[in-house]
Amino acid sequence: MSDLAIPQQQYAPAREQLSYLQDGHSLRSWLLTTDHKRIAILYMASITVFFFVGGAAAALIRYNLILPEGALRSAETYNRLFTMHGIIMVWLFLVPAVPVTLGNFLVPLMIGARDLAFPKINLLSWYLFIAGGACILWAILAGGVDTGWTFYVPLSSDYAMGHVTLAVVGVFITGFSSILTGLNFIVSIHRLRAPGMTWYRMPIFLWSLYSTSVILVLATPVLAITLLLLSLERIFHVGVFDPQLGGDPLLFQHLFWFYSHPAVYIMILPGMGVVSEIIPVFSRKELFGYKFVAWASVSIAVIGFFVWGHHMFVAGQSAYASVTFSLLSFFVAVPSAIKVFNWLGTLHKGYIHFDAPMLYALGFIGLFVVGGLTGLFLAALAADIHLHDTYFVIAHFHYIMVAAWCQHILPGCITGGRRSAGACIRKWSLAPLRC
Amino acid sequence: MRFSLPEASTGAANVDWLIGGLLLVSAAVLGLVFFLLFFYVIRYRHDSPIRRGEIAEKSFRFEITWTIATLAVFFGLFIWGSMLYVQAYQPPPNALKIFVTAKQWMWKVEYPGGQREIDSLHVPLNTPVELVLASQDVIHDFFVPAFRTKRDVLPGQYETLWFTANRVGTYHLFCSQFCGTGHAAMTGSVTVLSGPDYQHWLSANGTSGTLAQEGGRLFIQYGCSGCHNDHGTVRAPSLAGLYGSPVPLSDGSTVIADDRYISDSIMYPREQVVASYQPVMPSFKGVIGEDDVVKLVAYIESLGSEQQP
Repeated sequence: MSDLAIPQQQYAPAREQLSYLQDGHSLRSWLLTTDHKRIAILYMASITVFFFVGGAAAALIRYNLILPEGALRSAETYNRLFTMHGIIMVWLFLVPAVPVTLGNFLVPLMIGARDLAFPKINLLSWYLFIAGGACILWAILAGGVDTGWTFYVPLSSDYAMGHVTLAVVGVFITGFSSILTGLNFIVSIHRLRAPGMTWYRMPIFLWSLYSTSVILVLATPVLAITLLLLSLERIFHVGVFDPQLGGDPLLFQHLFWFYSHPAVYIMILPGMGVVSEIIPVFSRKELFGYKFVAWASVSIAVIGFFVWGHHMFVAGQSAYASVTFSLLSFFVAVPSAIKVFNWLGTLHKGYIHFDAPMLYALGFIGLFVVGGLTGLFLAALAADIHLHDTYFVIAHFHYIMVAAWCQHILPGCITGGRRSAGACIRKWSLAPLRC
Repeated sequence: MRFSLPEASTGAANVDWLIGGLLLVSAAVLGLVFFLLFFYVIRYRHDSPIRRGEIAEKSFRFEITWTIATLAVFFGLFIWGSMLYVQAYQPPPNALKIFVTAKQWMWKVEYPGGQREIDSLHVPLNTPVELVLASQDVIHDFFVPAFRTKRDVLPGQYETLWFTANRVGTYHLFCSQFCGTGHAAMTGSVTVLSGPDYQHWLSANGTSGTLAQEGGRLFIQYGCSGCHNDHGTVRAPSLAGLYGSPVPLSDGSTVIADDRYISDSIMYPREQVVASYQPVMPSFKGVIGEDDVVKLVAYIESLGSEQQP
């Protein structure tokens, strides 16, 4: 099939090459590189910066909550802090985290290609990411945004005082970075696989990354359009969402969550892929139920597009819609459960080594199961009425997002691609940690 | 110090049972996963001499088993949660109607008898109460944890929420949708009073007129009566007997004239035009505040009930 179409020069050459780290030391050689590993490291450095900015905001949120009246003494500051924490962590850290670092680094190695299908577009998407990130940082330095990361209208379009437009433009630009990255992965996985590497022979990480890429390409444009409309409404008072101008605030929520719910799977799917790679390696066994794990990723990506309404059970959508979305939300939890059981099946009768990546991966299972089970409470309609908009929800997604993230990108970096079907073990496995 | 939320409405216990059931299922799954995790990790550690024997090859049967088991449990939980939810969306017809208007950052409450208060709500014991919620500005959310109920309060759209309080006391009221700088302070209290106490409270806070009477004054003041009376200069539909009855629209469809329809018709008169009438009514968006709209709606409702024998 597509294997036949691969041009000759894309096989890894036999001759000895300079390692990507030795190949030029100037700033220029980094900023103009089209090498997927160097771009992965550029991303790694930049998302780490954003992680610390977002983390600082989180620390200040907790600091404010030390005293009942608020240690920061100002509701405005506090509101700006949690908005900044949300925006940075979601769009500048969690969404890009695994795909652009481990994905960039590993996809070509795992499929046996020299680089991604579009190396220059890969570099472009890093620049877009930086441009978007700079806009958001600028919005923060200029005084911040106080709408919450969800930008609900009409608060964000008519009432909020902060630099909403600037932040929205930043998110808009990073969206294009996501789309291009997703596109790059999809094309690479379709067209550049080594001869003989059929879909079912791909490393399992690629299945989850492929599913992630599909979400990136299909959902991000919806967010971009929504934010564009929000900006139009804020600047030119075009009535789209604000009822004062004849719009519908629920329309915004529908469009926003149509992206932002799948975005949750953008954050977690690659992590599941990493864990599905690590557990077999350190159990010295094949992954139990490879095909089921692979298709679980795909079904999460597909069903994930039809569950956005569970963010709106108390928001004023019709009861019929809520019941439907509740059922679909339970459905999307099934593939996740399948994955957990398959990971346990992999451990069964293995030779389990307790290296650092494995400890992280086992920790991931624990946290993910807690996060997933609390999700059941929120999918059950009547329970959600009570629990919605409370700390229960915050705990639920932080279990999955923060804890799970820390538990999978670290082992992911440590393991690198020690095991990738067909590709040999390389020295770079620890490289991301060195920078 | 108390560790549990009071259950102060008839629905609260049902929700607590559901949450308890979910907790039980979760604990069972969590127990299973953690048990297997620790059991395998210890039993099959790499230096354990235990014989591994045949490794389970055919995974299909396992996969189908746990997929179906998960689906069945989830489906049960779905049915349970949805049934309670649908109940929470069907107010009984005889419910006492109280109007709540949210604005940055306060709750304004208006009673049918014309009583008004801010950031506090008084309801009678063991009586179904239906709140009609509207927002003056951004999205708010009316949340009473002791009743296990909440609903977003939207601008330009009526939402309703009903409950039957079954325990005397004063409970917290929160806004739980972030609504701007003063969001955290947008709190209040809900006081449940026994029947006689409630009547006493109503009369102690009595006003010049009921909500409908005040609405009647506004009906003239805003010029509604100029057209909507029988001898009006412009042909407009009569509002007598309108409330609760089906209205044929110019696009061929029919709606029931409930609170939301009447409010919409005042704010956006050209959206749903009554069949055989011209869309000539101006919008009162920005002219009449939500708290006055509530009075007009109450007035039109009173017209309806007077006409019917």
